[in-house]
Amino acid sequence: MSFSTMLIQMGSGMTKSLLIFVLTLIFSMPLGMIVAFGRMSKNTVLRNIVKFYISVVRGTPLMLQLLVIFYGPFYLFKMNIGGFRFPAVIIGFSINYAAYFAEIYRSGIQSIPVGQYEAANVLGYSKQQTFMLIILPQMIKRILPAVTNEIITLVKDTSLAFAIAYQEMFTVGKQIAASQTSFLPFIIAGVFYYISNLVVAFVMEKAEDKLSYYR
Amino acid sequence: MDILNLNHLRKSFDGLEVIKDISLTVKEGEVLTIIGPSGSGKSTVLRCATMLETMDSGDLIYLGEYAAKDENGVSVYADKEKLHSMKGNFGLVFQNFNLFPHYSVLKNVMDAPVRVQKKSREEAKATAMALLEQMGLADKADNYPFQLSGGQQQRVSIARALAMKPKLLFFDEPTSALDPELTGEILKVIKDLAAKHMTMVIVTHEMSFARDVSDRIIFMDNGVIVEEGAPEKVFSSENARMKDFLRRFNEK
Repeated sequence: MSFSTMLIQMGSGMTKSLLIFVLTLIFSMPLGMIVAFGRMSKNTVLRNIVKFYISVVRGTPLMLQLLVIFYGPFYLFKMNIGGFRFPAVIIGFSINYAAYFAEIYRSGIQSIPVGQYEAANVLGYSKQQTFMLIILPQMIKRILPAVTNEIITLVKDTSLAFAIAYQEMFTVGKQIAASQTSFLPFIIAGVFYYISNLVVAFVMEKAEDKLSYYR
Repeated sequence: MDILNLNHLRKSFDGLEVIKDISLTVKEGEVLTIIGPSGSGKSTVLRCATMLETMDSGDLIYLGEYAAKDENGVSVYADKEKLHSMKGNFGLVFQNFNLFPHYSVLKNVMDAPVRVQKKSREEAKATAMALLEQMGLADKADNYPFQLSGGQQQRVSIARALAMKPKLLFFDEPTSALDPELTGEILKVIKDLAAKHMTMVIVTHEMSFARDVSDRIIFMDNGVIVEEGAPEKVFSSENARMKDFLRRFNEK
């Protein structure tokens, strides 16, 4: 198999890897905010449910979570899981990353001095205004480095979709490496992840620069 | 006319009673200063009056309207909307300024009038610029708080409070976070406001300032008002705790 054939075959996998990446971010980042609010809720029941969810997600491997989500419906309910592979990947990744984002958001929200809430309160801002106008912008600035870390990890974690044989780039690459007894697919995969993360780091640095107008 | 009536305020934190039955009245145009040792409950009185803390018992009345009414020894607060509208009656200047760091100086001053009081941007901006001018900070309008000195930041926060056109302005140790040289500029701003008959309640440790600017002084210790009256009367009080406080203060 020529190098270009390899690239083309892995290329279609790259699109799928990128799709996992983008969809996971789209779902997990807002979901993480909801989870963070649940985690900080005054309602003890809700707070403990959310705490349990976070501890399970963080305490078990993502690979295992993917397996459970994909095969669970079959073993539990004898459901046909034929077309479920891709949704299972997105659901698994989103649930997993939402927990991590939630804890990052929580750390950001809790790091804002109480004086900011008090100043907003005395000026008559509503709770929603206080959060959206005063707290959220400052929180975003504070959590950007941690979010960058998480996004870089996500780029590399997309390879875990191989666990349920979803044909993303790394799954394809390993198949080619085995069938062609070639080392080349691993190099291609490595370069792909590295360049993707260079882009992530570049974009996030720009975002940090944009928010560096205040301290 | 009474701007504020605080009747029989009590407040405990974790079973420890820090305010034990305090009543005070603030009349229009009056400057009232609250002095006393640390932990005497001065700031808590201010925080209850500005609704940052809820009172355990007692009445809180602005311009004759009840924000909280004592019912059988428990403060019952008015509904959310009423309390929200009553917040327009007062402003608060914090010890640590608490400016919004992501807003420019101008936006710090004009944002609440626009978002909360629904003023037009033009009107709010004109008011804000006039206040910054008054504070000697017109040239800093586009700067951000971190670019200003502590004294300048505190002047912005005074402008921010005044932009809401409050009937009463509270100051919670406005100079405690400032160097002695910056303290003077803030005290001068407050004196200027007093000269314009702004109604103010000031918690401070600046004794000579309190003596100069106040119409009335309250000396608090251990959650009670020990001495109250005109500055000359309070500072020449024969009360043992008051004398002790002033003596220790002069030793510093």
